[in-house]
Amino acid sequence: MSGLLLVALVALIFVVLYQVARSSEMVARIQGEEIFDKKRNKLLAYSMLVLMVSFFAGIYACHRYMMPLMAPEAASDHGKQYDFMFLVTLAVTGAVFVLCQILLFWFAFKYQRKGEKVPFHFAHSTKLELVWTTIPAIAMAVLVAIGLKAWFTMTSEAPKGSMQIEIIGKQFNWISRYPGPDGVLGKRYFTNINDKDNILGLDWKDPKNMDDIIVPNGELRLVKGKPVELLIGSRDVIHDVGLSHFRLKMDAVPGITSRLWFTPIITTEEMKKITGNEKFVYELSCDQMCGKGHYSMRAVIVVETQEEHDAWLAKQQSYYAQNHQPEAPKVETPAADAPKAEGPKADSAKSITMNIK
Amino acid sequence: MSNEATTQHEIHHHDSHAHDAHEHHEHAHHEHKQHFFTKYVFSMDHKIISRQFLVMGMFWAIAGGLMSVFFRLQLGFPDKTFAILSNFLGEWARGGKLDPEMYYGLVTIHGTVLVFFVLTAGLSGTFSNFLIPLQIGARDMASPFLNMLSFWFFAIASVIMFSSLFVTTGPASGGWTTYPPLSALKEASIGSGLGMDLWLVSMALFVVSSLLGGLNYIVTVLNMRTKGMSMTRMPLTIWAFLFTAVLGVLSFPVLLSAAVLLLFDRHAGTSFYLSEIFIAGKALPNVGGSAILYQHLFRFLGHPEVYIIMLPAMGIASEVLSTHSRKPIFGYFAMILSLIGITVLAFLVWAHHMFVTGMSPFLGGVFVLLTLLIAIPSAVKVFNWLTTIFRGNIRFTPAMMFAIGFVSLFISGGLTGLFLGNSALDIHLHDTYFVVAHFHIVMGISAFFGMFAGVYHWFPKMYGRFMNNTLGYIHFFLTFIGAYVIFWPMHYEGVSGMPRRYYEYTNWESFKQFGELNQMISIAAIIVFFAQLLFVFNYFVSVWKGRKVTDPNPWKANSLEWTTPILPGHGNWDGPIPEVYRWAYDYKDNGEGGDYIPQNVPLREGEADDHH
Repeated sequence: MSGLLLVALVALIFVVLYQVARSSEMVARIQGEEIFDKKRNKLLAYSMLVLMVSFFAGIYACHRYMMPLMAPEAASDHGKQYDFMFLVTLAVTGAVFVLCQILLFWFAFKYQRKGEKVPFHFAHSTKLELVWTTIPAIAMAVLVAIGLKAWFTMTSEAPKGSMQIEIIGKQFNWISRYPGPDGVLGKRYFTNINDKDNILGLDWKDPKNMDDIIVPNGELRLVKGKPVELLIGSRDVIHDVGLSHFRLKMDAVPGITSRLWFTPIITTEEMKKITGNEKFVYELSCDQMCGKGHYSMRAVIVVETQEEHDAWLAKQQSYYAQNHQPEAPKVETPAADAPKAEGPKADSAKSITMNIK
Repeated sequence: MSNEATTQHEIHHHDSHAHDAHEHHEHAHHEHKQHFFTKYVFSMDHKIISRQFLVMGMFWAIAGGLMSVFFRLQLGFPDKTFAILSNFLGEWARGGKLDPEMYYGLVTIHGTVLVFFVLTAGLSGTFSNFLIPLQIGARDMASPFLNMLSFWFFAIASVIMFSSLFVTTGPASGGWTTYPPLSALKEASIGSGLGMDLWLVSMALFVVSSLLGGLNYIVTVLNMRTKGMSMTRMPLTIWAFLFTAVLGVLSFPVLLSAAVLLLFDRHAGTSFYLSEIFIAGKALPNVGGSAILYQHLFRFLGHPEVYIIMLPAMGIASEVLSTHSRKPIFGYFAMILSLIGITVLAFLVWAHHMFVTGMSPFLGGVFVLLTLLIAIPSAVKVFNWLTTIFRGNIRFTPAMMFAIGFVSLFISGGLTGLFLGNSALDIHLHDTYFVVAHFHIVMGISAFFGMFAGVYHWFPKMYGRFMNNTLGYIHFFLTFIGAYVIFWPMHYEGVSGMPRRYYEYTNWESFKQFGELNQMISIAAIIVFFAQLLFVFNYFVSVWKGRKVTDPNPWKANSLEWTTPILPGHGNWDGPIPEVYRWAYDYKDNGEGGDYIPQNVPLREGEADDHH
């Protein structure tokens, strides 16, 4: 019923608009096309000014509304670099944007038709064209220079002594693996995978695997001030490790290990104070379309102090031990301070676990 | 002349330049007695074919737009149900709640049809076909038959794509880029079943259509220009169509190869894109392939495709801005050089879509440099457009309004490209709403504005009638304001890291604060969608009821299409094809109080051919 009403309403609006449009053409014929056109042209020229003013007013209003909703300051050192670069690029493009938009609307208004005069003949000027080829070229050179400097820092080799964590995507959740006391992640291969007791396909012939810790909900526990290198992979389709608070992301591609390193600089607790939001939590989002549960592929990131991290680590049992000592008590994963890490909502999590079992 | 010979068997007796106009008149009657099917359906007249492309494009624009309305309902109102969804989508929206599978299907088909069927076929197909012969002074395309095939391949591709909406497992749902392994494995998504096969076959046929059209455009522009129409006297529209065709001919085959390899992976057990995959409880036998290979192949088309969409819009905007400002286009040669620059660079920037795939950082650096280079020719074009209207004598026709809107959108959308092209910024902004905002403004809406400018401007030539101006202005204001209302705030969401292609955000602590905004965007999108229906309505009413054109050159423009009769028949000019004596932008004092001198007017005594 409401659908029918809606259709009727839209049809009515169309008819009204059409009648207005037709009558305006009738008016034109009665007034004489030329006078009417002249009037309308003038009106439209002024509309250009109105558009310009409302354009910038709209941008300002939008900015005012959006700023309180934006993500907090960057929580990683690379993110700081990103934020700086963003501001530089915004300054450069913002200046060009304001200048060009004002010129466009102002010219359109200013040079509205005024009778049958022959306009200024100006078809070419080598000097001007050289100027506005060179200036963008210089601006681009600056942006490229800053950009590449940041890019090569972000993508450089991880510093020695970085913490290594493996993060693997699958439809539709993340799995993380920590190296355990030996500090080394053991070998894994996809043919070893089974969803019962070897979700990442660890090779049990590799002794380095014996102490590896697997967190099946992909929780990442990072240490403030300590560089971390993520080894990123996928079990099935392409996913993407999106770390929006850290201003970073990297694809997870089956058959390939991609790497990403950074240093977290603000703990979760500190961020709660900064944002004034008690429920604040760093989230890892899947940023590459991966199927129908893409939107719910979430994991929690905890940034903590070294002591908190060590305490957490001490409570963890290796994945091997969990699955090969039937009498050992099952460890509840993960830590208590991230209770909701599994799935955002029970029913949506259930509906998307098509391949987990 | 090859120009004449090729169309000889369709247009009787147009066999020489020195044809007697009176004699022709008698024969003209025979032409009009063509059967309905050969005249309007299997037509070989470039003008009919162009209208076929346009109408088919409009069909897809409405279908694709409606899809966006559906998924915007979900995004704006994730906790509500809508009867209209279940009416249209049936089982896919049980109880009025859109199913995630169908959500992704709609997103995928919306992207595919708007990029390929509307903004490639509907834009370049329409205007290349319509304007190339008319503006260079040819009676038709080099091969009218291939031209007809080009449309019919597009039509078949359309039918197949449309039918994929009705298969039980739904349409392709891996995004318009259809990256494998998601698109390669039935186990990964039900949309990767039959729907994906239909998508691939449809795209393969579309590539054929695009190649037939493109080759034809290139050959026609290079070989069939009328006497005196040197390359540097051509309107910028023709230059734009030429480079569009070059881009298409060189890059579409790569998409075809990507699609064929993907079909092999799907059905022939090959491993081009597949390696080390465990899915649906078992490990697949495929090893050694690379999912990234597909992205390279796809993006080798995917990026030039952006310019395949943009260049015709740029050409149309140049023509419209100059004509309605009554001023020559500023920096004609700089405009051509920047088109060449864009065309060459378009092939060298594809990997900027792939900065975060784990590719070599050095390679990423090279692509950053090349990508930002493309800003230079783009900036030159914008400054030249601004200088074109500077000190002009502007008539605000609906076409002119849309051309001005085009420039505004191109500035806004082009500048955000500088963020995304710089890998150190892309590493955060990639696959967020910033990207959605960027490409919708710069190649979606602004290309649409170029297309609208073209339709309003050349409608009198297409149908011998005008479109209703008032509806045109309403259409402009609603669309222009609406486009910014929809896409401007999305930049902010993207800067906050909100990922694209999400079905809902309600469970995300980081993104749920944008719920109210998403609602507002959805409402604006629905209004803008209806504003487009207003355009379609105006178009079809005006075809039959529009004000009749009485002046063969209603805009007082210089290019050759306005030297034809008001409604040109097949063959375009009744008499001989006019000869060209000057460039296409001679807007200046004609010595008799007028402000323009058409291309077919000989140079006056003592007048220097000052440009060309």
